[in-house]
Amino acid sequence: MSKLEIASLCKQANEIRKDIIRMLVEAGSGHPGGSLSCTDILTALYFKIMRHNPKEPKWADRDRLVLSKGHGAPALYAALAHAGYFPKEQLLTLRKLDSALQGHPDMRRLPGLEASTGSLGQGLSIGAGMALAGKLDQKDYRTYVILSDGELNEGQIWEAASFSAHHQLNRLIAIIDYNKFQLDGAVREVLNMEPMMDKWKSFGWRTFEINGHEMKELLDTLERAKEVKHQPVSIIAHTIKGKGVSFMEGNNDFHGVAPTKEEGEKALRELEGKS
Amino acid sequence: MKLERKLGKATRDAYGAALVELGATHPSIIVLDGDLAKSTKTDAFRKTFPDRFFNVGIAEANLVGLAAGLASCGKIPFISSFACFLMCKGYDQLRMAVAFPELNVKVVTSHGGISVGEDGASQQSIEDFALASTLPNFSVIVPADEVSTKVLVKKMAAVRGPAFMRTGRSKAPILYKEGADFEIGKGVKLRQGNDLTICANGLLLFEALAAAETLAESGVQASVVDLHTMKPIDQELIHKQAALTGAFVVCEEHQIFGGLGSVVSRVLTEGYPVPTEFIAIRDTYAESGQPDELMERYGLTAKHIVQAAERVLSRKKK
Repeated sequence: MSKLEIASLCKQANEIRKDIIRMLVEAGSGHPGGSLSCTDILTALYFKIMRHNPKEPKWADRDRLVLSKGHGAPALYAALAHAGYFPKEQLLTLRKLDSALQGHPDMRRLPGLEASTGSLGQGLSIGAGMALAGKLDQKDYRTYVILSDGELNEGQIWEAASFSAHHQLNRLIAIIDYNKFQLDGAVREVLNMEPMMDKWKSFGWRTFEINGHEMKELLDTLERAKEVKHQPVSIIAHTIKGKGVSFMEGNNDFHGVAPTKEEGEKALRELEGKS
Repeated sequence: MKLERKLGKATRDAYGAALVELGATHPSIIVLDGDLAKSTKTDAFRKTFPDRFFNVGIAEANLVGLAAGLASCGKIPFISSFACFLMCKGYDQLRMAVAFPELNVKVVTSHGGISVGEDGASQQSIEDFALASTLPNFSVIVPADEVSTKVLVKKMAAVRGPAFMRTGRSKAPILYKEGADFEIGKGVKLRQGNDLTICANGLLLFEALAAAETLAESGVQASVVDLHTMKPIDQELIHKQAALTGAFVVCEEHQIFGGLGSVVSRVLTEGYPVPTEFIAIRDTYAESGQPDELMERYGLTAKHIVQAAERVLSRKKK
């Protein structure tokens, strides 16, 4: 992996962040914090790691991505548009009547969406079903599931974790966007999920712990995840809620509130400075 | 012709048998069960096609989510557990991961109704019709006997989209001859009569026929209709019967709120309002006991249908 390539991916992530801000300002509602925290993860996946073809979104051998934390939809939509699934102009229709870009992902409406999500806790089971189908059909595609940390409160996650390990779904890779906050406050105060690493390991998963904003570390770990045999893989990615915009970083007021026009302009100026 | 109460297989057994037949012709069918395969009767499929069967453990939410993932990859998952557990514990998943994206998942539950018997109220599903039919995009099917169950399970597999079926634990009286055909969404008129229409699903269908025989002894001729599909409901047949008979009794082994009675009365009100009476569980949970004892105690027998028919006929005359 050349330094140039990594720099180009970071630049791509920055472009996606700018679109997230534009979309949320235009929509007037949505979830900036958790969209910005998973942007680098999505960039690494769609622009380097995953086998996919935006011209053929239903290609049977494609890698799948399930955004289980459906409220991060703006980041996913922007990544899909930049990857070429649909025109970028469509991004500004987010949350508007008749838009394919629903408040939370609706797989029937937009090419590239693999699951309809928005009720937390469900995506890992759906991803496990996709991985199971691939195993039954002896296909070599991989299924990536992006989970939020707060979402791990849900019991269904651990049902799916047990199942996936039991059936050795090694082509299932869960990435936890560990931005430390859920809607009402800090995860460790609402319902502590630590020791998170031990939880996943004890459920039989091969587990990595990384900085979810370090592009090289992300890419290296996602490549290593491809080599794992007989176990599903979880990657605990430490992230910062609102990453990339200083006044949003670690500020949970931007969990589910869109930036105002002024805040958006300020955020865009800051992101422009980075590109 | 005298009605004879000859018991056939339970509808859950008919489901198990139909699955095995389907498995041979449909390689895409995958069966998932929540550790109740011996009771839901998916066990027969497990024995015949072990590579396409998964006991996911006692984890209904994951059961439904897995099915959604499989369906999105082109599989036809049939998922089973007791009706109360799958519909209640898997409901958010059925809503979000199956109904909303219109995925091709077949939900076939056993132990519907209070005829579960001795195990008591916790195992007896009386809310499943309401839960299933309020999910957009779902078909809702409640067959009455072995023959209709087998045919309707196969029809479910043939039609793309989410579908729910309730089967029962106890042996069901035989109503149809081998070879009879059924269409999802089309009711079956089993008996012709011009004085009133008794419609029913599941075990109540036999009771409806028995009630019609009793009524005939006093000169009242009832039509009896098998509404095996609650959704899409056979509106045309219901309106036709309303015009013909001018009175309805709707019978089901389900809570009175949100079941077949609610659907039929809505259809009648929208198109051809006639006096209607309801045989259902009156907003209560049942208890342990033998199935026949419970059906008697909670008002779900031919005797109760006859009484409801008399009430509706008196209202009709006014």
